[in-house]
Amino acid sequence: MKRLILALILAASPAFAVNPDEVLDDPALESRARDISAGLRCVVCQGENIDESNAAIARDLRLLVRERLVAGDTDAQVVDFVVERYGEYVLMKPTTGGANILLWGAGPALFLLAAIGAVVYLRRRATSTGPEGLSEAEKARLDELLGK
Amino acid sequence: MIAELGHVALVLAFGVAIVQMVVPFVGAQKGWSGWMAMSVPAASLQFLLIAASFAALTYSFVTSDFSVRLVTLNSHSAKPMLYKVSGVWGNHEGSMLLWVLIVALFGAMASWFGGGLPPRLKALALSVQAAIGVAFIAFILFTSNPFLRLAQPPFDGQDLNPLLQDPGLAFHPPFLYLGYVGLSMAFSFAVAALIEGRVDAAWARWVRPWTLAAWVFLTIGIALGSWWAYYELGWGGFWFWDPVENASFMPWLFAAALLHSAIVVEKREALKSWTILLAILAFGFSLIGTFLVRSGVITSVHAFANDPERGVFILMILGVFTGGALTLYAFRASAMEAKGVFGMVSRESALVFNNILLAVSSIVVFVGTIWPLVAEMLFDRKLSVGAPFFEAAFTPFMVVLAIVLPFGALMPWKRARIGRLLRPLIPALVLAVLVALLVWTLQTQRTILGPVGFLLGAWLVGGAAVDLWSRLGRGPLAGRLGRAWRLPRADWGRVTAHAGLGIVFMGVSGLMAWEVEDIRVAQSAQSYEVADLTITMNEVRREQGPNYVTTVADIAVRQDDRLIAVLQPEKRVYPVQAMPTTEAAIHNGFWRDIYVVIGDPQDNGGYAVRTFIKPFANWIWAGSLIMALGGLLSLSDRRYRVAAGASRRARPVGGVPAE
Repeated sequence: MKRLILALILAASPAFAVNPDEVLDDPALESRARDISAGLRCVVCQGENIDESNAAIARDLRLLVRERLVAGDTDAQVVDFVVERYGEYVLMKPTTGGANILLWGAGPALFLLAAIGAVVYLRRRATSTGPEGLSEAEKARLDELLGK
Repeated sequence: MIAELGHVALVLAFGVAIVQMVVPFVGAQKGWSGWMAMSVPAASLQFLLIAASFAALTYSFVTSDFSVRLVTLNSHSAKPMLYKVSGVWGNHEGSMLLWVLIVALFGAMASWFGGGLPPRLKALALSVQAAIGVAFIAFILFTSNPFLRLAQPPFDGQDLNPLLQDPGLAFHPPFLYLGYVGLSMAFSFAVAALIEGRVDAAWARWVRPWTLAAWVFLTIGIALGSWWAYYELGWGGFWFWDPVENASFMPWLFAAALLHSAIVVEKREALKSWTILLAILAFGFSLIGTFLVRSGVITSVHAFANDPERGVFILMILGVFTGGALTLYAFRASAMEAKGVFGMVSRESALVFNNILLAVSSIVVFVGTIWPLVAEMLFDRKLSVGAPFFEAAFTPFMVVLAIVLPFGALMPWKRARIGRLLRPLIPALVLAVLVALLVWTLQTQRTILGPVGFLLGAWLVGGAAVDLWSRLGRGPLAGRLGRAWRLPRADWGRVTAHAGLGIVFMGVSGLMAWEVEDIRVAQSAQSYEVADLTITMNEVRREQGPNYVTTVADIAVRQDDRLIAVLQPEKRVYPVQAMPTTEAAIHNGFWRDIYVVIGDPQDNGGYAVRTFIKPFANWIWAGSLIMALGGLLSLSDRRYRVAAGASRRARPVGGVPAE
């Protein structure tokens, strides 16, 4: 229960995530900052990105992102800068490198397998000549159920 | 005293559930009808005892009996009555009691309305249902007893978490549980059928209403939760791909797959073993959801009562039921021989494709949810899987689903020709393209998301209209309208639910594509512009609520000098839990919501204010409710009432099947 309360306090502490004093004057830079923030995870929160989080460290990271952008970094450089310090844990969208290929590949691979399986099954269905319809006993039972 | 009675009632219910698990099962094996018939009174008695236990806990909450530990931890004498009641399930112990109450309720309903069921199937299904009850009552009694007393009761309680003191969240858990647990009925019937070694149309006709009801409840529960997140968390997000949300979404997807595949079993006696497997998986994923939420294995914004001991217990329940059922399935599935013959292009094939898309997308959600755990244990990598992953990996399946759905809905059983399907769908296609073009030219941002979402949404809605039109036969409009009135409710349900899905598509893509946000320091009585609106913060004052203090702002919203709304966003502080919450003020509109949040006072005067324009936000929840309504329409189809055997005595005539 304590952890719940803690989590919710972190999730909903004062005010709100991006405060007016953080916003950059240049709208193009600010919009890039927002996009980058949405892809970075707040390290003390539970599953929130720094753009949504109210935690102090999320605010620090938002400011850091903006600082780097103002200094002239590209989006990728900013993300690398943060990942270098906090690890790949901060990436909301995991990379495709290493074992993560299993994560990204699971859906397409499974879909392919299922589709092949289904086609094989459907072909068999289309050609098989099983008995059609209900058996006599089943018909009688259905009639009984339907109150005939 | 009342709390002790509740505890005793729960212990008695445990005993009754064990009897209900064992006696009818033995009876079914030996063919003793008396033993099998035991299941009916046992199911009723078990339900009554758990209901009594639940009533006792509710009484403790309503009367603020702070000698009960759970009440102290989760309630407060100053709390409004609604939240005293919802506080019963706003915590781990109480919500588990609600869970077993619903398990018992479904079991009792199956016994009351199951007059037409074959006695053996009924006895076995109720026995399996009782086994689920036994497992969860044991879980409550041994790890999460809600009736524990405190030796020294405090003067007042510690209050319910303020975020949970909200009408949307008061009813969110009961609906979700009705959904999760409703799937237990499909599971029980599936296991019973495996033990019997027999699945036929009558079985499917029995399972489908339970699945449909569970799916409707899940739909409403998920929509309520999403709506709550939208207005309560203060930035208007509606879906976060949080593990707990995913925990409810996976069973929903499986339930949707199951209720489609059960149609094939019912109408065509094919896909039997697949349907059984889906029934097992749907409930299995409900259990996985429970495990994820309560074990603390995966941390989340709203995971609650994290406790390793409880996690292990639930993992055991999960292992025994899902593992046991799947083992049984491995041995017996081959006995389920399919009968229907159908072509590659047919309604059956379309439903198979629907099932693949729903099941695979659900497993994508599952893999994404548990991947951080797997990566840490096996590959020693600490990583996160957040919304961007799910948006990239999950959405394509939904896009494909939306493209093929209108074709599938129009296909005849057994054999279809694509060319013949295409012609009636041309109006829907034209409509969809026109809507997409209109949206493309109207929008200011050049994002592709909006037009594509509206293309798919309009295609689904148009496809549903074509579907309905095609059922009405030929001839003059009056004749068609007459036939529309007499159309089976199941047809109305299908059309409504599919159109609802289209509306959700439009809502989600519209909101994501065209949201406008403004963050600033607002000074009193100074106006500023957001999009085509003029916004003025007039007055900020402090007020006292029943169990909180609040800062309220009056914010006037004008469009072309015409006052649209005066919004009153609040920032509340609940002193008992020393916790602030934001109460966004929302002006709901058909096309867009105006959403205003007030933040902290600034050093140089004024307040931080966030203003959002959220286009089509309401369409998401309206669409979800329309989907649920479709489920209810389908549920009210008379073939289920006939199958339930309820109308046989009441109305002797009218036994003609609806289709």
